[in-house]
Amino acid sequence: MSDHFEAAPCGYVLVGQDGVIQRANAEFRRLVDREHEELVGAATLESLLSTGGRIYAETHLRPMLQHDGWVREVALDLVRPDHTRVPVLFNADTMTGEGPAFRAVVVETRERHRYEQDLRDATQRAERSSREARALANALQRTLIPPAPPEVPFLQVAAAYRPAGDGSVVGGDFYDVFQVGAADWWVVLGDVSGKGIGAATVTSFVRHTVRALAFDHPDPAELLHELDRALHLDNTDHYCTVVLARLSRVGAGWTMCLALAGHPPALVRSSDGRVSELGILGTPVGLIADPSFTTVRHELRDETITFYTDGVTEAGGRAALFGEDRLHALLAKLPPDPAVVVEQLAHQAVQHQGGVAVDDIAVISFAPSDDASPH
Amino acid sequence: MTRAELLNASVRGPSGAPVVVFVHGFGCGQHMWRHVAPAFEADHRVVLLDLPGSGDADEAGYDPDRHASLEGYRDDLADLLQELGLSSVVLVGHSVAAMIGVLLQIERPDLVDRLVLVAPSARYVDVGDYVGGHSEPDIDELLDLLSRNHLGWQDPLSTMVAGSPEGPAKDELEQAFCRTRPEFAAQFANVTFRGDNRADLPHVTAPTLVLQSAHDVVAPESAGQFVRDAIPGAQYRLIQTRGHAPHLTAPADTLAAIRDFLAVTAAVV
Repeated sequence: MSDHFEAAPCGYVLVGQDGVIQRANAEFRRLVDREHEELVGAATLESLLSTGGRIYAETHLRPMLQHDGWVREVALDLVRPDHTRVPVLFNADTMTGEGPAFRAVVVETRERHRYEQDLRDATQRAERSSREARALANALQRTLIPPAPPEVPFLQVAAAYRPAGDGSVVGGDFYDVFQVGAADWWVVLGDVSGKGIGAATVTSFVRHTVRALAFDHPDPAELLHELDRALHLDNTDHYCTVVLARLSRVGAGWTMCLALAGHPPALVRSSDGRVSELGILGTPVGLIADPSFTTVRHELRDETITFYTDGVTEAGGRAALFGEDRLHALLAKLPPDPAVVVEQLAHQAVQHQGGVAVDDIAVISFAPSDDASPH
Repeated sequence: MTRAELLNASVRGPSGAPVVVFVHGFGCGQHMWRHVAPAFEADHRVVLLDLPGSGDADEAGYDPDRHASLEGYRDDLADLLQELGLSSVVLVGHSVAAMIGVLLQIERPDLVDRLVLVAPSARYVDVGDYVGGHSEPDIDELLDLLSRNHLGWQDPLSTMVAGSPEGPAKDELEQAFCRTRPEFAAQFANVTFRGDNRADLPHVTAPTLVLQSAHDVVAPESAGQFVRDAIPGAQYRLIQTRGHAPHLTAPADTLAAIRDFLAVTAAVV
């Protein structure tokens, strides 16, 4: 029995009530690089730990040993007389009766320790990278999704956006509101297929191409034809659905010319709460050889117009789709204020899928107002 | 959630009796007081709690900004006492909670009228002539050990994702009381061992007892004596025991020292 203790293939010590080592086997003596006389009856176990290790032992191990009677798999460093550290795993349990208070075994973990160190470094690097990636995604997203649309005289405009998941991947949704003449504005909302950097570059391309084309192509359908050509020439696999409208201030009202490119129609909510669809579906841009786009003309009355991406209606997947009916019903009962409309649509669509959006959600809404400088 | 729920706080003992609040230090939770606190329940209102991030405190109560300094913990205790309608309490704080108690007494003398500081240290790291007992690299080493030992702590999220059908083993539950979310433990260790409350001590206005363990590698005698000398009129009791937690290693002596102090100061207060 005594030989088994002495020759055990792990460091093995018995520690008395006073904390002093009562027995230590050959492997333990080797690990701490000390002779029998320097340990037994002479040294406490704690004196063989680093100072940080002693604090850890006092604040965690001693209370746990006393409370539970054992501790297991604790990583510690033993300190040799030359101050080098030996990483070990430490198990201990308390003993009853006279004699030692507890016994402990330690196993050297030099190799494993190095491996763990590498793992921890790699984890830290990975966390740093994903933080940077998220920051990059956010920065990029902000160029596609402006935090607030510009102020348009006699028009109330509001927009809302919710990224998919934790926002670490750039989505393909975008919107834009810009001016091309004294009384001419464009409102654009689109959804580029796919996600990530590839989709983001196409999204950026589409957004800026629309802006450039809008100055010379007042007709939305014509603009979409030009955009479709440009996207085909760009040699990308990504295509895009768009809803866009030119709003012209005529007298005391607004005239809207609107076209769809394979995108859900605009929703028109009239002051009596009725919701109707506006637009002729058309084909996505950049997808087929012979696209078709149609411009419809609409005089804006006392009504709220809403553009949205399919992240809203397709929220919840096939099983429990948020759906167009639900969207219409929600829109009908909301107040006509665009700011309320966009926040509620985005919020309800996210709530519908348990608080985390599966796809990007973008909504833009506008309504005529009497105010020349809306605030 | 109430502050009492967030801090897993309990109140025992006859209503109307003098109140003793036990606050644990860095490492484990309120179980640290199990050999001492029950003895007061016959003639005191005994309040036990887990500090945010420790023991069984609710994670919702831990805020990395609020708890970036001891003042955050101090404010939690003030909130708790007010919520429970308690004032003029005896606060018994171990280790870092001794300093939390000091801060609370200075800020809210109405809430705390006596302090028992068990194994206190106003600063753990040596500086100039001051001997706290530790160096900056020692504290780094402690943080390193904390990051290497999670004591079975597992991210609840990863458990959920793995969808393990059986619950944690019984052993694991038993050993949960020193288990802390690693980020919280690291921040608490930093706040505790890199803090310096020496300048606060002279502002304590309540009768104070310093309980010093004779052989404490965490808060050595020099640290306890500094606290004694800096707090006006503080009493000092040396407990013949090893380690940083006399309430664990010498509960009878610790109990007697607190009782003596309460008896002597009751006449004054």
